[in-house]
Amino acid sequence: MRTLLLRSLFAKPATIDGPAPADAALEEVGRALEARVRRLYGRSLTIREVDAGSCNGCELEIHALNNPVYDVERFGVRFVASPRHADVLLVTGPVTRNMSVALARTYAATPDPKWVVAVGDCGCGCGVFEGSYAVVGAVEKVVPVDLSIRGCPPRPIDLLKGLVALVEKATQALPRKE
Amino acid sequence: MDHDRIARLLEQAQAIAPLKSWPRYEVDHAVFDEIGRVIGEGERELLGLWAEPGMVHMALRRIGEDPCVVSTVVIDDRFPSIGRWHAPAIRLERTIHDLYGYVPEGAEDNRPWLDHGAWEIESPLGGRTSSALRDPADYAFLPVHGEGLHQIPVGPVHAGIIEPGHFRFTANGEIVARLEERLGYVHKGIDALTTDAPLDRAARIVARVSGDSTVAASFAFACAIEAALGFAAPPRAAGVRGVIAELERLANHFGDIGAVCNDAAFALIHAYCGILRERVLAVCEAVFAHRLMMDVIVPGGVAANITHDGARLILSTLDDIAPTFADIIRCYEDTPSLQDRTCNTGYLAPELAKRFAPGGYVGRASARDFDARRDLAYAPYSGRAFDVPLFTTGDVDARVRVRIGEVLASMQLVRDLLATLPDGPVLTPIPQISEPREGMAITEAFRGDLLVWLRVMPDGRVARCHVRDASWLQWPLLEAVIENNIVADFPLCNKSFNCSYSGHDL
Repeated sequence: MRTLLLRSLFAKPATIDGPAPADAALEEVGRALEARVRRLYGRSLTIREVDAGSCNGCELEIHALNNPVYDVERFGVRFVASPRHADVLLVTGPVTRNMSVALARTYAATPDPKWVVAVGDCGCGCGVFEGSYAVVGAVEKVVPVDLSIRGCPPRPIDLLKGLVALVEKATQALPRKE
Repeated sequence: MDHDRIARLLEQAQAIAPLKSWPRYEVDHAVFDEIGRVIGEGERELLGLWAEPGMVHMALRRIGEDPCVVSTVVIDDRFPSIGRWHAPAIRLERTIHDLYGYVPEGAEDNRPWLDHGAWEIESPLGGRTSSALRDPADYAFLPVHGEGLHQIPVGPVHAGIIEPGHFRFTANGEIVARLEERLGYVHKGIDALTTDAPLDRAARIVARVSGDSTVAASFAFACAIEAALGFAAPPRAAGVRGVIAELERLANHFGDIGAVCNDAAFALIHAYCGILRERVLAVCEAVFAHRLMMDVIVPGGVAANITHDGARLILSTLDDIAPTFADIIRCYEDTPSLQDRTCNTGYLAPELAKRFAPGGYVGRASARDFDARRDLAYAPYSGRAFDVPLFTTGDVDARVRVRIGEVLASMQLVRDLLATLPDGPVLTPIPQISEPREGMAITEAFRGDLLVWLRVMPDGRVARCHVRDASWLQWPLLEAVIENNIVADFPLCNKSFNCSYSGHDL
């Protein structure tokens, strides 16, 4: 263990530079914010991830956000264990009929003001599962969506850009200090 | 060759020509039932049990031999239960009932499995009768009686970034007396979506059965199509497929080894494994233009080639990560506080592994010596020597050690495959056929053997396709291994299995 710890001390960080927020995401989030209570998030967002039917591909990439390379916590974004602690629901889809009640209840359990980010081609549309008896479809069919991050699955860097845009806009939207 | 009872029963049965690679027999209900009874006594492994309109199929394998399929016609919406004799078949039968409405005759457990009462139709692949919505929470968990027992319901929305499923723990203080799983939350109707679907659409759906095994599923699908149509991918494509499949295994095993250690509160290994996983995925993106390599394997070959630079990049990355991984192994082995958590935790008895035939590290940590790459020898693995680690201790530690051994074997395999990668095309056009054909293939996903059975029509459409992820045979065993462990060790046991929810729920 000492070898690994020592190496960690002297090695360069594995973490990559943070991306600039994605333009499209900035615009989308901006719009979502206009209509919302402007609240002090203090550059800190807590996220509850909800798999509402995904193939697990999106989860793998969301997981990667927490690894030392992407290290999402440096942007003030943190994944939490309960929707009751969350500002943001990060939802993957397609929302299956068997998960739609659970998703609606998770949304209800999240305190206001809250944001919903739909992740992946299935969460944003319905992906290849369009037309099945077992799926409701995109996340927005069950809960209101503020930001969409597409991809099959979206790469961690794409997720990061979207989330950075979210934090960025949340900070800008603060009422100016007198 | 000695003849066991099932071989004698099948001798009289009719082998149906259209299934390729392995034989398929059609038998009547009496023989089907008898075969079920004999499987229950331990003769042969059950690899899968699925239906299509009017027919139920089961895939069997005798140890050391190739698999075969045994089918029986559904009469008056009924077929003989295999689950009454052989427990691993129970959930598969409940699924057949949910999807087709066919009744397994003699089955004890008649509760729905994937059907939570939210589809608005019953038997979506059978009679398609409309049905009223039921309360999804209305499910008859098995009764538990005893003094001082309490229940802990968990899920479907879990605390971590994981897929949804419900676990009902019955605990006595800290000790788990019983775990009952309830799955099906991510059922997307994949069997229906791949029914009468164009080939490329079916391929894309199969690639999304379980994101972590997308390569293995596409691989099995492609092999099944190629078996059915009687052609083979070019030699270079086979080699590229092998490299892709091993890279997927490496990425997943790195993730799992780290995650198991993390669940034992040992974050150092988790952090390092996260970096290694990321290195592999970054190479995959650079070489194959997709981090998880989705849709790269297609029927007839591969959709992406490995360039000279690509091969060099893969090799230099392996050179880079090998020393770090050696340090990780040493760290795992030299940390008693970590092994205190993993050793003797979540013990799976070899007898249970023999009975349920769970693939991958779950089986190989409990003395089930099976690896589809070696034992069913498909291209490019046929004729190649590689290590298949085997342990008998059956605990979390053994499942970690199997993965460690497989990482080393996979790294060597990637080197070998790249060194012997032949030149030539990577895609063969799909031949025309004049009659419906059936094909079956099994590949070794990181999690275990993955079976695909399908029927192709002359117009090139997939008439029917069934994917059986290794999770089907592993999930029930998780209920067994957690017994008498403390509740706090459940994440550790669960991660050491790392079953797929999506791959199971379909």
